[in-house]
Amino acid sequence: MSINLTLLIIMGVLYACGIYLILERSLTRVLLGLMLLANATNILILSTGGYAGLAPLYSRETKPDAYNDPLPQALILTSIVISFAVTAFMLGIIYRTWLLARQDEIQDDLEDRRVAKTPSFDAEDDAVVPLETTEFALIPPSAENRNKPDATETPNSSTTQEGGSA
Amino acid sequence: MNLATLSPLAVLLPILGAALTFMLIRHHTAQRAVSISVLSATLLLECVLLASVWNGGTTSVTLGGWFPPWGVVLVVDQFSSLMLVVSSVVSLAVLVYATGQGMADGDEEAPVSIFHPTYLILVAGVSNAFLTGDLFNLYVGFEILLTASYVLMTLGGTGPRIRAGVTYVVVSVVSSVLFLIAIAMIYGATGTVTLADLAIKLAALDQGTQNLLHVMLLVAFGIKAAVFPLSFWLPDSYPTAPAPVTAVFAGLLTKVGVYAMVRTETLLFPGDTLNVPLMVVALLTMLVGILGALAQSDIKRLLSFTLVSHIGYMVFGLAMSSVAGLGAAVFYVAHHITVQTSLFLVTGLIERRGGSSSIDRLGGLAKLSPLLALLFFVPAMNLAGIPPFSGFLGKLGLMQAGVELGTPLAIALVVGGVVTSLLTLLAIARVWNRAFWRRPEDAEYPAEVLKTPGNIGVLPRTMVGSTVALVVVGVALTLFAGPLFKVADGSARIMLDRTAYIHSVLGDSVQVPPLRVPLPRTAGAK
Repeated sequence: MSINLTLLIIMGVLYACGIYLILERSLTRVLLGLMLLANATNILILSTGGYAGLAPLYSRETKPDAYNDPLPQALILTSIVISFAVTAFMLGIIYRTWLLARQDEIQDDLEDRRVAKTPSFDAEDDAVVPLETTEFALIPPSAENRNKPDATETPNSSTTQEGGSA
Repeated sequence: MNLATLSPLAVLLPILGAALTFMLIRHHTAQRAVSISVLSATLLLECVLLASVWNGGTTSVTLGGWFPPWGVVLVVDQFSSLMLVVSSVVSLAVLVYATGQGMADGDEEAPVSIFHPTYLILVAGVSNAFLTGDLFNLYVGFEILLTASYVLMTLGGTGPRIRAGVTYVVVSVVSSVLFLIAIAMIYGATGTVTLADLAIKLAALDQGTQNLLHVMLLVAFGIKAAVFPLSFWLPDSYPTAPAPVTAVFAGLLTKVGVYAMVRTETLLFPGDTLNVPLMVVALLTMLVGILGALAQSDIKRLLSFTLVSHIGYMVFGLAMSSVAGLGAAVFYVAHHITVQTSLFLVTGLIERRGGSSSIDRLGGLAKLSPLLALLFFVPAMNLAGIPPFSGFLGKLGLMQAGVELGTPLAIALVVGGVVTSLLTLLAIARVWNRAFWRRPEDAEYPAEVLKTPGNIGVLPRTMVGSTVALVVVGVALTLFAGPLFKVADGSARIMLDRTAYIHSVLGDSVQVPPLRVPLPRTAGAK
């Protein structure tokens, strides 16, 4: 397989620019980056076809080693069509983003931000279970009183005090 | 004539249907009739294909008179036909659900007329990816389904959908470029893109080149299948799409990535060169995915994270490259497609009944709508792997294969799988407790609809009906787990053996290269 150095260098430059551009936050630049990547890949496919040569349909007498490999060209045609469709769609999306938000930047996912900000304490899952939600007390009150003197103890003690004074 | 020669119809029928529905774009009833009948016909055809392959073995169909290794071939084997049948069942159910929703909502929210052609193109792309025996044609299949999915993802063009669509499109295009680069390199190294021919010619390359090509393909498919370090895009983009679209994406699209991984791992790069990294990645996918699910309060996002997490099980089965492991993975793929899709459909129903899909706003649904509770409960328990559901059987198969393999890493994965299963149960129980079990008044921000008792006519019969049908299919996978496991194990054995596949494409005289590393001890059928 012969290698065309010019093509390889162009391919490398396209890849480098494409990768740089898709790391940008602006959607238009991302789109340009994707287009460069697609074209760089087309050149890569082209260079896998080997040496340059005649088209297979050039004439009936074309020798098999005089024409170049037609398959990569078929592959490139397909990939050009596909990247054309995707580029058109991306342009539509970018225009829509501009219409809706008046900006050309990739936006944060609000739900992501919200989940990230949620504290690890969850009111329903992690809150201390209320002392007593049923009228049938299962736990002896004496054990509970030591933990929470204010909530349950105070009314009782105040009544007893009142009773004592009267 | 072999019945398998009908296999191109599995791609052609949906494409013709798409053309027809596009022409009928102003006639919604006719569109519905066409797309439903086209998908039913495709499903019927695929059942015939499965039966014919089950009896007659792997078959290939040469297209356009160009014989392999030059032309494009379609190959029907047990795995691809099983995937075709399962995917058609799911896509038919989702289509019926979507038409129900479209009829109920009218045309106010989304341009429903464009939905049918796009959806059929998506189905055609999925079928093409499952059937093809050619690497570049696999790329084309992926592009067909991805382009259709871009449109479905941004249906209606609302702000959040466009935002999610941007992430999705950019990530998908980058993965497609990676795939294309890999194809170019493979073509440069071997001079062919036919899978069966590649299986022979790749074996002649030196190990370093093979590893490079192998890793490039795995990265490209890993993005599509949402395997852990490459899974970040999925929970961001899936939940914003309309409910039926999310359901079909969650069920099918990632599984096409898994299918491509299985195909390349078994056919092109057999042996165990990358099994250890694959296992590590599988473990991380399971754990990171499910921990992400626990943090979510939106049911759709939570389910998206469980989807990522359960891809790990399939990669685990694949990475063992034994008949038991791969068979269990095939079974798990079939189970997961139906269960994950039905859960997303139920979430769509929850959203309609409860006015929200956030578990901070829901409550008391079990009392308000017992049928909805049942519809959620069954696939949810199935997903978490509670016996006797098929999720349990699939996981059990994977665990058995892992223990049989017996390496420390495999044992770690078995433990990780059990932990993931329990955490899935926890995540599901959280949804259950909040959305269904507690009183609506206990919700943080209760939705107003929850205070109205009864089924206030917001659940159209077609939507409920198709969801019920899919849940029943999920339960049926449990009942018919024996035959299904037989098919899965059979397809795993055929895929690992490779001879049938290569011979059906290139003729019986071709010498199949021996495996560099002998297969691990293969277990018999369960």
